Amino acid sequence: MADVSLKGVSKSFRDVAAIRSLDMDIADGEFLVLLGPTGAGKTTTLRLVAGLERADAGSIWIDGRDMTKEPPPARDVTFVFQQYSLYPHMTVYDNIAFPLRSPARRLSEDQVKARVDEVAEMLRIEHKLKNKATALSGGEMQRVAIGRALVRRPAIFLMDEPLSSLDAKLRAELRLELKRIQRELGATILYVTHDQIEAMTMADRIGVLREGALVQIGTPREIYEAPVDAYVAAKLGSPRINLLPRTAFPNVPGPPEAVTIGARTENILFDGAGAASAEGAVDWIEHLGDQNHLHLSVGAHKMVMLAEPDTELAVGDRVHLHLQAPLFFDGDGRRIGA
Amino acid sequence: MSAKRTNAAYSVVEPTTTSKRVAGTLVVLYAIVTMIPLLWIFATGWKSPPDSISYPPKILFEPTAEGHCNLFTTRTRQTDEFIESLGPPRGMCDRITRERNMVIAGESNYFPRFVNSLIIAFGSTFFAVLLGTISAYAFSRFKVPLADDLLFFILSTRMMPPIAVAIPIYLMYREVGLSDTRLGMILLYTAVNVSLAVWLLKGFIDEIPREYEEAAMVDGYTRLQAFWKVVLPQASTGIAATAIFCLIFAWNEYAFAVLLTSGTAQTAPPFIPTIIGEGGMDWPAVGAGTTIFLVPILVFTILLRKHLLRGITFGAVRK
Repeated sequence: MADVSLKGVSKSFRDVAAIRSLDMDIADGEFLVLLGPTGAGKTTTLRLVAGLERADAGSIWIDGRDMTKEPPPARDVTFVFQQYSLYPHMTVYDNIAFPLRSPARRLSEDQVKARVDEVAEMLRIEHKLKNKATALSGGEMQRVAIGRALVRRPAIFLMDEPLSSLDAKLRAELRLELKRIQRELGATILYVTHDQIEAMTMADRIGVLREGALVQIGTPREIYEAPVDAYVAAKLGSPRINLLPRTAFPNVPGPPEAVTIGARTENILFDGAGAASAEGAVDWIEHLGDQNHLHLSVGAHKMVMLAEPDTELAVGDRVHLHLQAPLFFDGDGRRIGA
Repeated sequence: MSAKRTNAAYSVVEPTTTSKRVAGTLVVLYAIVTMIPLLWIFATGWKSPPDSISYPPKILFEPTAEGHCNLFTTRTRQTDEFIESLGPPRGMCDRITRERNMVIAGESNYFPRFVNSLIIAFGSTFFAVLLGTISAYAFSRFKVPLADDLLFFILSTRMMPPIAVAIPIYLMYREVGLSDTRLGMILLYTAVNVSLAVWLLKGFIDEIPREYEEAAMVDGYTRLQAFWKVVLPQASTGIAATAIFCLIFAWNEYAFAVLLTSGTAQTAPPFIPTIIGEGGMDWPAVGAGTTIFLVPILVFTILLRKHLLRGITFGAVRK
């Protein structure tokens, strides 16, 4: 395992800048998640670290060595792709053994077998080793793909939305498993996703990307509680944060230059100390079982808040709202202190 | 019984008995229509020369190996006295030909022409598929300058019938000494087939996700090794299909073969119709020669059928 640094890395495809002067450090044993929408440059960043793309400018350091111009095999990285991850003409065993049999390594078949068995046990796929790769379920395939990465014990794991093609239940299961394995091995992982739950639950730190630039990097807590701007604030939290004009809440105290006010759904309460922040009408109630989502109208604006599962509110009821720890953003969307 | 039938679950995917029967009848009819010429050729090969040209044609006849004997031999007419002086016949063909007052004089050219066909057809197929695979991979994976124009140019060589350029090629070949050589024919058929091979294989290789090679390269393989270990096995279906198309063209090609080969490098197609017996075409020998000529392509296709039918293997992928 090793640390990775990107220093001023830029990459363009034709005239489109995919990555703009990106600086980022990943510590040894850290689980760093890159979060961003499609086209933000997440995958390009991974491919640059892997050596599948050549940076136009800047340098990439792995384990203290400048790897900017090295070909992929020299970098000792491994890549888990979103799909197309297994070779269909090979068995599960051969798929996992494939990296070990590369000419760059030269292990004896006994050593290969020992490593494959160890990884298979860790991922609980021992009984599937003799199967054809095509005869697996989606979850098993992605487990094997992760196994193929683990078997190498590389300097860094690069994972490009490895769970996104799975259903929700499997995703939740593999999320826990991946985090457990990362802890056990002390692995350095650079993980790309657009799923904020994956980011929040697995990351040591989250880097939020927008249009090829790193907007904010920090622990999940920091990103959630102290986003640098409205864009980052909207990336985390489900249902997403309510962003409303400052004028909708005239009696909430805040900095005078604030233009937008942000209230996370769990930070809106029915009753609180002092005068109500605003009054709203219930438009719609979504019953999720463990909680309810209340869709409200505040003046001409719509917002969403959480309510207890046993709430007695009904559509059309008027409620008093109290904002807790609201976030304030200026005209450019940047967050400003209260 | 009838109650059971109405209770049976109705299926929209299972064909009904009637539709199965209709489909079966149509397939059998089609098979009969397409197979009659083949059966005719096969039967002619086992007829005697008089039977082969009798009218109305004989459906039932006494099979004889005469056509096959004539195919592989040359014969001369001799007097009864001379034939008797030779002693007992050596082998079946000797006996059959002596009944017509003929004596086997030597081997015919059929076998060497057949070998020429094998060498030229398989040789050109090998080179066309090899060059096609390499070029298709390059077009599919690398930024080739003017790739679209090059591909169009490659295809444009097939926009006219190849025989349209027969005269220039004939003159060129005569000038450089490639006329009537196996090498010349291999080069020619390779050139004609390579455009088909590039286009077919590019389609197949485009279908193979790049992620496979990229994963292999990240895992410590060079591009060439990744090509061997990952791309080629997955392109095998496409390579097999392309090889069959190329082989069928080269095997059956007639016009160039007539024009450019006459002796040492002559292939079977121009040779077979020139088999002349006594008093005109030796139809049983032609029938036998054509039947045997069909065998290699049949065997090759059957051997590769598994690859052709194996279908697309991208099932390891969740889209």
